[in-house]
Amino acid sequence: MAETPLIRLEDVWKTYAMGDVELHALKGVSLTVERGEFTAIMGASGSGKSTLMNLLGCLDRPTRGRYLLEGHDVSGLSADALAALRNRTLGFVFQSFNLLSRTSALENVELPMMYSGTPSAERHRRALEALAQVGLTGRADHHPSQLSGGQQQRVAIARALVNRPRVLLADEPTGNLDSRTSVEVMAILQALGATGITVVLVTHENDIAAYASRVLVMRDGKLRSDTRQVPVAAVPPPAEEAGSADGREGGAA
Amino acid sequence: MNLLQTLRVALRALRRSKMRSFLTALGIVIGVAAVIAMVALGDGARAQVAKTFESMGSNLLMVLPGSTTAGGARGGFGSLPTLTWDDLRAIQNEVPSVRYAAPQLRTTASIQSEDLNWTTSVTGTGAEFFAIRNWPAAQGALFGPSDVDSGTKVIVLGKTVADELFGAGATPVGQQVRVKNVPFQVVGVLAAKGQSPMGQDLDDAVFVPYSTYLAKIQGGLKNLIPGVIAVSAVDSASTARAEQQVRALLRDRHRLSDGADDDFSIRNLAEFASAQKEGTATLTTLLLAIAAVSLGVGGIGIMNIMLVSVTERTREIGVRMAVGARARDVLLQFLAEALVLSLAGGVVGVALGLGISFWMARAFGWPVMFRADVVLIAVGFSGLVGVAFGLYPARRASRLDPIQALRFE
Repeated sequence: MAETPLIRLEDVWKTYAMGDVELHALKGVSLTVERGEFTAIMGASGSGKSTLMNLLGCLDRPTRGRYLLEGHDVSGLSADALAALRNRTLGFVFQSFNLLSRTSALENVELPMMYSGTPSAERHRRALEALAQVGLTGRADHHPSQLSGGQQQRVAIARALVNRPRVLLADEPTGNLDSRTSVEVMAILQALGATGITVVLVTHENDIAAYASRVLVMRDGKLRSDTRQVPVAAVPPPAEEAGSADGREGGAA
Repeated sequence: MNLLQTLRVALRALRRSKMRSFLTALGIVIGVAAVIAMVALGDGARAQVAKTFESMGSNLLMVLPGSTTAGGARGGFGSLPTLTWDDLRAIQNEVPSVRYAAPQLRTTASIQSEDLNWTTSVTGTGAEFFAIRNWPAAQGALFGPSDVDSGTKVIVLGKTVADELFGAGATPVGQQVRVKNVPFQVVGVLAAKGQSPMGQDLDDAVFVPYSTYLAKIQGGLKNLIPGVIAVSAVDSASTARAEQQVRALLRDRHRLSDGADDDFSIRNLAEFASAQKEGTATLTTLLLAIAAVSLGVGGIGIMNIMLVSVTERTREIGVRMAVGARARDVLLQFLAEALVLSLAGGVVGVALGLGISFWMARAFGWPVMFRADVVLIAVGFSGLVGVAFGLYPARRASRLDPIQALRFE
C-alpha cells in the first residue's frame, strides 16, 4: 500500500472539440500526489487547472493517458463506478459552496450518505459529527440562507468529509469569502490535512497557496513548476481585529 | 438511494413549491374526477335501464299472429289470428329453452266498483303470466291454474286501477267489480311497476283468467288464440335460442314450406334491452375517451413543469452527481416527483369525482353507482400518466454532464 501513490497521472491529455477546432485543455500532464500532501494548484484562468481538477475529481475522463487513483486505473470506468468513487473516495468543496437551498445544514451534510446507502440513524450521527468538526455545532437546523458565507463553506466542507474520503478537492474554496473567513476555512483544511486526508486545492492567490505544503503552477495545459515549501500556519485573527485584517477583497472574479 | 428515501426527497421538493405542485396536478385531478363522476352516472343510468327492462319481464319473447291483407291494405301484426291453442301447448311442452308461455288476450273495457268506474286494459291470461313478467302481488293473491281451468270470475288489479276504483291506500281484496256487467271478485292487487321505457303506465291494467275472458268478456274462435303469446326463456342467455326454437316449431306446425314467409312474428325484448345497454355503453366509451384526453393534457402539464424544474435545479443535480448520485438516482428522483404529483392528483380526483356524483345523486335524484375497479383503474392510470410524461424530463436530468450542471447559473 505504502508504495502506491494515492494519485498518479501519466501523460494525461484532455481535448475538447469546439466545432472544427480541437482545444487542448491539458497537454500531457504527469503528476504524483502522496497521501497526506496538501497541494495547491495555481494558474491563470484558461491554464487548465479547472480541467485538471475535474479529472482528479472523476467528474470527467481524460482523452488520453492514465489516471491511477489508489493504484487503480479509473480512466476507463463506467459512469456509475465514477459516481461511487466521488461518493466514497473523493470529497468536493466549491467556490460557490453549492449547498442545496431550503435544505437544512444537517440534510446537506447527509446528502452523500443518502447515495451510499447509510442507515438513517448513522447518517444523522455522522452528519452531526462532521458539523462539529467544522465548528458548526448548533447550526444543524439552519438553512443556507440563514448562514454566513464562511459558515456555508464550512457546511460544504462537512459534506465533503462526511463519507471519510481519501482526497478532498477544493476548487477556489475561498474565492467568495473575505480574508478573515478565508483564513478560517484554510485553518479547517489544514487541520483535515493533519488527520491524514489529502487536500488538493485550486487557487490563483499566492497567500492562499502559502498554506499548502506543495505548489503546482500550470500554464497552457502543462505543469510549469512543482515546489515543495514549508506551509504557513493558518491562524484566524481574533474577532476584534477582523475588520482591519489585510485588505484582500472577497470574491474571486 | 432506496425507494422510500427517493419518495421522501420527491415529496419535500414538491412541498417546497406548493402552489405550483397543486396547479400542475390540477389537470390530472379534473381528468380523474371527470372519469369517476361519468362512470358513476353512466353505470347508474345503465342499471336503471336494465331495471326497467327487467320490470317488463325477464327474458321475454312475444309471439304475435300474422296479418291480414284485404284489397292491398295490410292489417298489421295480430290482425289475422294464426296461433292455435295447440301451438301454445306445444311451445310450453316441446321447446326446452322455454320456461313459461301464456296467452295474452286484450281489450279495453269499463270497470265499475261500488262508487267509481275506470276504463282500462283488460287482459285474459294464464297463471304463468305473472311469472313471465316478474310481477308479484302487493295485496291478496294471484289467480292460479285451477282458476284458469274452471273459469272462475276472479280479477287481479293493477295498482293504478285499484287506486282509481277504491281510492289510494284502500284494500280492495275480497270486494267486487263489474266488467261488462259481469261481477268479478278481486283476489289481488299487483305490485307497482311504474312506467314502461316508452312511458306507458304498466299498472293501468287488470288481469283475469283467459278462460273467463273468453266466456264472459270477449269470445273468440274455437281453435285460434285471439291475441298474442308471451314466452319466457329459461335464462337471459337463451332468449335467442328460444326464439329460434319457437320459430322452427311454429313453422313446422303451420306446415310452412322452406321459402314461405312466417305467418306469425316473434319479438325479442331481451335484444331490445341489450340494444339500449349498448347505447349507454357507447356513451360511456365516449366519456372515457374525453377523460383520456384530459388525462393526457394533464400529463403534458406535468411534463412541462418537470422540464422547467429540471432546468431550475440543474445546479442541484450537479451537486448531487458530484457527491455520488448515479444517473439512475437522478432519474428516479424526478420520476418519483412526477409520479407523486400525478398519483396525488389521481387520489384527489377520485375524492372530487365521488363528491360530484354524490351531489348529483342528491340534487337531481340521478341514480349513481360506485365501482371500486373504476377507482383503482383511474388512480392507476394517473400514475401511468405520471411515469409516461415524467420519463422524458427525468431522463434529461439524469443525462446532464455534472461539470456543466455545476457551472450552470
